[in-house]
Amino acid sequence: MSDKISFVRTEMLEQKAPPASTTGFVGWARANLFNGIGNSVLTLLSIYCVYYVLSGLIPWLVSPTWKAESLTQCREMIAAAGKHGHLACWGVVRERFIQLLFGFYPPEGYWRVILALVIVGAGLAPVLFDKAPRKLLIVTALFPFIVPFLLWGGLIWPYVGVLLGFVVGYFVLKYAADALGDLLALIAGVVSAFVWWIFLSGPIMGAIGSVLPIGLEFVESRSFGGLMLALTIGLTAILGSLPLGIVLALGRQSDLLIVKALCVGFIEFIRGVPLITLLFVASTLLNIFLPPSMEFDIIVRVIIMVTLFSAAYMAEVVRGGLAALPKGQYEAADALGLDYWKAQRLIIMPQALKISIPGIVSTFIGVFKDTTLVSVIGLLDPLGLSNAIRADQAWNGIVWELYGLIGVLFFVFCFSMSRYSMYLERKLQTGHK
Amino acid sequence: MKKSVLFGAMTVATLAGGVVSAGTLDDVKARGKLNCGVNTGLAGFSAPDANGVWVGFDVDVCRAVAAATLGDPMAVEFVPLSTKTRFTALAAGEVDMLSRVTTWTFSRDVDLKFEFVGVNYYDGQGFLVPTALGVTSAKELDGATVCIQTGTTTELNLADYFRTNGITYEPVPIETNAEAQALYLSGSCDVYTTDASALAAQRATFETPGDHVVLPEIVSKEPLGPLVRHGDHQWGDVVRWSYNAMVAAEELGVTSENVADLATGTDNPEVNRLLGSEGSLGEMLGLEADWAAKVIASVGNYGEAFDRNIGAGSEIGIARGLNALWTDGGLQYSPPFR
Repeated sequence: MSDKISFVRTEMLEQKAPPASTTGFVGWARANLFNGIGNSVLTLLSIYCVYYVLSGLIPWLVSPTWKAESLTQCREMIAAAGKHGHLACWGVVRERFIQLLFGFYPPEGYWRVILALVIVGAGLAPVLFDKAPRKLLIVTALFPFIVPFLLWGGLIWPYVGVLLGFVVGYFVLKYAADALGDLLALIAGVVSAFVWWIFLSGPIMGAIGSVLPIGLEFVESRSFGGLMLALTIGLTAILGSLPLGIVLALGRQSDLLIVKALCVGFIEFIRGVPLITLLFVASTLLNIFLPPSMEFDIIVRVIIMVTLFSAAYMAEVVRGGLAALPKGQYEAADALGLDYWKAQRLIIMPQALKISIPGIVSTFIGVFKDTTLVSVIGLLDPLGLSNAIRADQAWNGIVWELYGLIGVLFFVFCFSMSRYSMYLERKLQTGHK
Repeated sequence: MKKSVLFGAMTVATLAGGVVSAGTLDDVKARGKLNCGVNTGLAGFSAPDANGVWVGFDVDVCRAVAAATLGDPMAVEFVPLSTKTRFTALAAGEVDMLSRVTTWTFSRDVDLKFEFVGVNYYDGQGFLVPTALGVTSAKELDGATVCIQTGTTTELNLADYFRTNGITYEPVPIETNAEAQALYLSGSCDVYTTDASALAAQRATFETPGDHVVLPEIVSKEPLGPLVRHGDHQWGDVVRWSYNAMVAAEELGVTSENVADLATGTDNPEVNRLLGSEGSLGEMLGLEADWAAKVIASVGNYGEAFDRNIGAGSEIGIARGLNALWTDGGLQYSPPFR
């Protein structure tokens, strides 16, 4: 056959790897960093910037000064190592790290602070992660009483007294509901709890305390400092502000005139005043109002102020979530015959809070960072302590090492919070988008 | 429980304006601790060390009072106070006394109703310049850029001084000492001005202190001293004479080392009266007979405390200057113990 086909491929060619220039790092770099003159120039500029920063930062970080006892010794060590220029003086971190974490808390009580943090973690786990064992919810219910006891110490009975107040209120509420109806039972529960706290708890627990003096050594609030102070204020404010904020947001939407007026008034007043002003009120004005003999713990004052402050912001964030919910959801809840609280608990709040997660967590992060403002009223939080450390003649003149360390500590907490919020959003994603 | 305290307090708050607790000295003794307001951190005057123990020149005044009243210099609860919170804390009774580099002025003494019990450090505003600037007097600073803390009396003093001398300057406002130090060392301002003691403390920490000099001109009077509330004269006397005991001890040659020997009795009647082996000065104050001996045994005399914290024995190394005894040409002078 003259028109015989000279060559016919009878089997498929084996697949070849793509050209080296389009795969791996080179391919990625060509596609993303150097596709065009403009991008190439920007890439080179960026590389130079990164190099410039690192070339300054890394030699500064790698400094043979861990064992130094003072800034002068740091300088001698740097000179002895044959290096020159401005290098970090890490001796201050070695000497003061524990102080930056625990403040002036007595060293034999450090385990109490650590245990308190572990208990807070265990108490929050079942709330934050649905995989955590449900039994931990017992810890969740109890940690608001255990943690203050661990931190402040003293006899255990006053804390038990406060806890029993809630128990009394709960049982009155539960058993009076049938006889009195919901609203009256609620009022009766609250009243009985307050009667317990104000009139009964003190004498009864005092009597038990004099017989059974169980407790930990009392630690004054003034011993609180450093990161532990920031966490105490920050976590209390965070944990307190969410429920308070939800209540305020609901109150603001309420049809009851007085409730609504109170909530709107509170929210707008707090939001209209800077936090620093409220801190000054807590530290100085309250002092002037209260009689001189009355000692009202400065840290408790500050915690209350910061909690109220963040609750007002939280209320507005939650209100945003409520407003974003379609009206149909409210109507559906009504159509199912749910009463107000059940509708809120089962239908409205889960959705509204889900929408508000980014805003809520932003508020949390903001509150935690705002705790550094307490250094203005003389509390020694990490920033306040850095100033006190610099006042030690051995470390006078050290700036970046301390601020850098404090920045890293805060970053760890704030970054974890923001990561958690992203995890939560993914988990609760129900595909309405 | 805390809440009920608050609400209860709110209701009586309006009535509480004029209430003064009876006898600070009795309160302190009953409490077993002295509450003393100090600076949150100022080199040489008050700072916590690595173990959280407060040290410094102002701190020693608190310890002296604690030693006199309670016999234990460590029985002090230090309350760090900022410039903004210090006076309300004292007025409200949160602290029993304030020893916090506070300038004795007319309005603080009279209008704010405090009682300054003495001057433990005579300070004044000075100028720190690099020697490379070639300036030997503040009057040559025409046209200089000056780093200065905003909202302080130093700002006003500076304006006054430059105006009276007919020279100009350009202020660089700063917030904290640390910021000032960074700006000054980077050359963003030619001059840094604040209290001379703080300048000396900062200069001592520079890499090359010899390249910087504190100019001789002191442009303001800053008598710093401990203070108490108006109205409790017994307590005011206790604090005043605890401090005077330190000064008198230096004048009489009593030190923390020889006080134990001298307390058994000497030929000098004034030393005997001071240390309690003769007379009844302690009883008049409502204290033990050996109150002053305890003060000196715990913090030393004025000169020892000065040297240890801010003087030649420390890294700050401030000269005694105005703070020398009157016998050495300074201003430190204690009325006689008689």
